[in-house]
Amino acid sequence: MNLNLTLLGQAISFAIFVWFCMKYVWPPVLGALNERQAKIAQGLADAEQGAQRREEAEEEIAQLVNEAKAQAAEIVAQAQKRGNEIIEESKTGARSEGERLKQAAQAEIDQEVVTAREALRTQVSSIAVQGASRILGSEIDPAAHAKVLDDLIEQI
Amino acid sequence: MAVSSNPTASEYIQHHLQNLVLGVHPENGLSFAHSAAEAKEMGFWAIHVDSMFWSIGLGLIFLWLFKKAADNITNGVPGPLQNFVELMVEFVDNSVKETFNGKSNLIGPLALTIFVWIFLMNLMDLVPVDLVPRIATAIGIDYMKIVPTTDVNVTLGMSLSVFALIIYYSIKIKGASGFMAELALQPFSSDNKIIKVLFIPVNLLLEGVGLIAKPISLALRLFGNLYAGELIFILIALLPWFLQWTLSVPWAIFHILVIVLQAFIFMMLTIVYLSMAHEHH
Repeated sequence: MNLNLTLLGQAISFAIFVWFCMKYVWPPVLGALNERQAKIAQGLADAEQGAQRREEAEEEIAQLVNEAKAQAAEIVAQAQKRGNEIIEESKTGARSEGERLKQAAQAEIDQEVVTAREALRTQVSSIAVQGASRILGSEIDPAAHAKVLDDLIEQI
Repeated sequence: MAVSSNPTASEYIQHHLQNLVLGVHPENGLSFAHSAAEAKEMGFWAIHVDSMFWSIGLGLIFLWLFKKAADNITNGVPGPLQNFVELMVEFVDNSVKETFNGKSNLIGPLALTIFVWIFLMNLMDLVPVDLVPRIATAIGIDYMKIVPTTDVNVTLGMSLSVFALIIYYSIKIKGASGFMAELALQPFSSDNKIIKVLFIPVNLLLEGVGLIAKPISLALRLFGNLYAGELIFILIALLPWFLQWTLSVPWAIFHILVIVLQAFIFMMLTIVYLSMAHEHH
């Protein structure tokens, strides 16, 4: 165990190596490590955020779908209601129209009856006059007996 | 003393444990030592060329590899090299964060350098003990010890550097007086001024030993483990060639654990010591 200059030589090279390592090796490697660590942390955070956003989007989608379904159901219900209303309306319309037509026909019939009766009445009076003139064998002046005939007609 | 063609066991072992020493010999001048005795005569002003070569070479491989990864670094999907480098850096960074509470730009790279460099130097232990020395002998180099951490100069060089940092940060963070107070007024303390003064030498002795023990234990732990491991590989290499694998394979497998563990221990203790230097008591 003889100590000699080797000791100093080793100490000097040690110092130089450490200096070199400190200057050119350690900072870039550690820097890259830290950067990567930050990058990975960022990536994980992003992934988490993405997952959260997706969840939110899914919730939103579900909500929208539900809304749309409700709206569709409402529209269908409304349409059904409206359809029923239209049917009811047309039913009532048809019914009233029928009624109206029936009434008009009835009125016409009544009118016809009145007219016929009127015609019949005049005819009855003239027949009566003719019959009477034949029986009496003479001419009866209708004008002279108009008042009597009118009364008669009134009675029929 | 180049190895003779038919060395005895002890010659073989001694040869394997001898560094390639370049120094100023009192008689031969600046030259490589040809024997352990010559190396000893050179005294302090000599250098282990093999230790320095392998240690600096491995250090350069480490820095080249990591620099290459650092230059092409991306915060996207990493390649295999970047993956490996990031793994190491992250491992070291976590170890530092767990232990060291202060903020320092030095301690991370320091710990990384210690861990990877010492690991690479220890890894040389798994290279067959005769391979490189034989090649070296063939090209005319007498001695070649390829595991730098089996050289106490290398481990002590590193641990004393760490020790210097401990002292530097202790003084920087606590101030010279604070550091001295920590050494002189602990662990024994008293409200009585006179007793407090009387305790100072005792405290200084205890804390001083504790402080000095840090770099010594750091260096010797690593050196001892690797030296012993290498020695056992050398002893196994003395067996007949067809029996060597029965011991060298299990020992090598076990040694994989040792070399990583020793690198890790050196790193962790450095972090702990520097963390202690940063803390106020």
